[in-house]
Amino acid sequence: MNLNESFLTALDSLMANKLRAALTMLGVIIGVAAVIALLSLGNGVNESITGEISSIGTNLISVMPDRENSGGYPPLSTADVEALSDPLRAPAISQVAASVQGGQEVIYSGASVNTTVLGVTANYFEVNNMTEFQSGDGLNQNDLDTSARVVVLGAGAASDLFPEEYPISKSIKINGVSYEVIGVLEESGSAMGNTDDNIYLPLSTAQKRLYPDRTRSGERAVSGINVQAASEELAEAAQEQITEVLRDQHDIIYAADDDFTILSQAELLDVFDTITATMTAFLGSIAGISLVVGGIGIMNIMLVSVTERTREIGIRKAIGALKRDILAQFLIESVVLSLVGGLLGISLGWLISSVAGNMLGVPTVMDGGTVLLSSGFAAAIGLIFGIYPAWRAAGLQPIEALRYE
Amino acid sequence: MIEMRNITKTYEMGTQAVHALRGVDLRIEEGEFLAIMGPSGSGKSTLMNIIGCLDTPTGGSYSLDDVDVSQMSDDDLARIRNKRVGFVFQQYNLLSRTTAVKQVALPLMYAGVGRRERIRRAQEALQAVGLGDRMDHRPDELSGGQQQRAAIARALVTQPSIILADEPTGNLDTSSGEEILEIFKELNAQDITVIFVTHDPEVAEYAKRTVLLRDGLIESDKQNGHKRTMEHAS
Repeated sequence: MNLNESFLTALDSLMANKLRAALTMLGVIIGVAAVIALLSLGNGVNESITGEISSIGTNLISVMPDRENSGGYPPLSTADVEALSDPLRAPAISQVAASVQGGQEVIYSGASVNTTVLGVTANYFEVNNMTEFQSGDGLNQNDLDTSARVVVLGAGAASDLFPEEYPISKSIKINGVSYEVIGVLEESGSAMGNTDDNIYLPLSTAQKRLYPDRTRSGERAVSGINVQAASEELAEAAQEQITEVLRDQHDIIYAADDDFTILSQAELLDVFDTITATMTAFLGSIAGISLVVGGIGIMNIMLVSVTERTREIGIRKAIGALKRDILAQFLIESVVLSLVGGLLGISLGWLISSVAGNMLGVPTVMDGGTVLLSSGFAAAIGLIFGIYPAWRAAGLQPIEALRYE
Repeated sequence: MIEMRNITKTYEMGTQAVHALRGVDLRIEEGEFLAIMGPSGSGKSTLMNIIGCLDTPTGGSYSLDDVDVSQMSDDDLARIRNKRVGFVFQQYNLLSRTTAVKQVALPLMYAGVGRRERIRRAQEALQAVGLGDRMDHRPDELSGGQQQRAAIARALVTQPSIILADEPTGNLDTSSGEEILEIFKELNAQDITVIFVTHDPEVAEYAKRTVLLRDGLIESDKQNGHKRTMEHAS
């Protein structure tokens, strides 16, 4: 008997018990769907983060304060920013942007919004790749020099405060002081850390009116410094120069006393890659366990089915079925169960991941590898867990099988 | 031709050994019509299963058409059952969810005959046993006699040299049973060896030769025609 005949015979007996076949398949369907959904969501998150970080550019370096080593004072200051901007002291650096930030209540004609308000240098938008404006413009050096009372709104903040009005030239109130809106940023569509609700004003203005903190030595404090290296190749050199300049500025001798942390985009990329890869592998293996459970379900049902059909097996053997004919019939049954379950699981998993991705605002990436892997895995499960029942069926003695009631 | 010498069969029932056959010598020529009789536990079904290669003897030698089958592998026995032997059981032993025509075509599938050819031959076999109008019926849609005729068609479809029947009329009323026996008679007239097991002497009368088993041994072996004439004579 050829494989084609075995296949039709197997299909016949599956069709004879549709409900049982469907329920048996359910285990595999859920397992494969879980694997597919979690892997494609994981891949999607990973890809979007990676894409965002690389789009900012791997020559971007962030300097963050480490307050534990500064006696509770904010360690970074406007003077540090100026020192880093000096091409003689840090030649590998092309631009230095700084910011100071906090939460504020922002009011426009009765509507009030609690959001993050940042004081930034004029080049902050350029360095952080926020150069698209819905309307108006960013801050310029003159705004900083004069500590102008002007603000740039994130797209979300603008639509919250001005649902029906054109925001440019309107005046909003932060902490009792009026500011003129001069620009609205384009939506960033960012998945990591939503900056659309932020409001930006000149660093000098913010330091004077909102965040008057000073460092231990009495300098105006900043809460973060973004440095752009002159090129990607110079990113490492820039990192060293930042360390050198800041230690010099803060009179630090030992690395353990550093009151700042330096994080480059390249390092950030590595960190995120590791995190998402670990998460994906972790979730994937949990889903994989459910696949194995589904496989055990198949084995269970196939064993029941062999016992139930002992007499049928006896009849088939009596009229000339070989061991391999019976083996093939039962093995094909379990592989068909798991493979069809696998294919349905892929569709379900795709559905789940696109719905979940939509709700979470995360793109889903379902690559051919994932599909191939899980359908191959499903088929393998059917084969592995089908072997024992099929082997039991094939090994039955016809005379005993015929006597079975 | 069937040739058995000193066939024994011992079963292990727990710790006890049951001697179903204790040394049977039997020779059956091609084209014979034979009834195996005996009380229950006499070993007649065991003998029948060994003749049909469903079971293997514990000792002795058995050659079927000059081939020694007593020590063959399971798969070789399966091939012999498929090609040379047709079985008819008391319980009909049809596949419950399968239509008559597919049922009858099944041995041909295991013989590797193509789909169209085996359906054609299955239809022929069903017509031969008078089930031409029941081809697409499932067993539960057939009467007992019709089921047994379908089973005969399935036994016949591979054109075996031997038809083996274990109590073929045991579950049937008298008239259906007679129909079945008439079919066997016709088959025997076409030179097919027909062997059946029965405990009913009237049924055994249909055969030309009767072998009587008792306690795993052959007690008597008679030609029925001869017996009948003797009765008339006395």
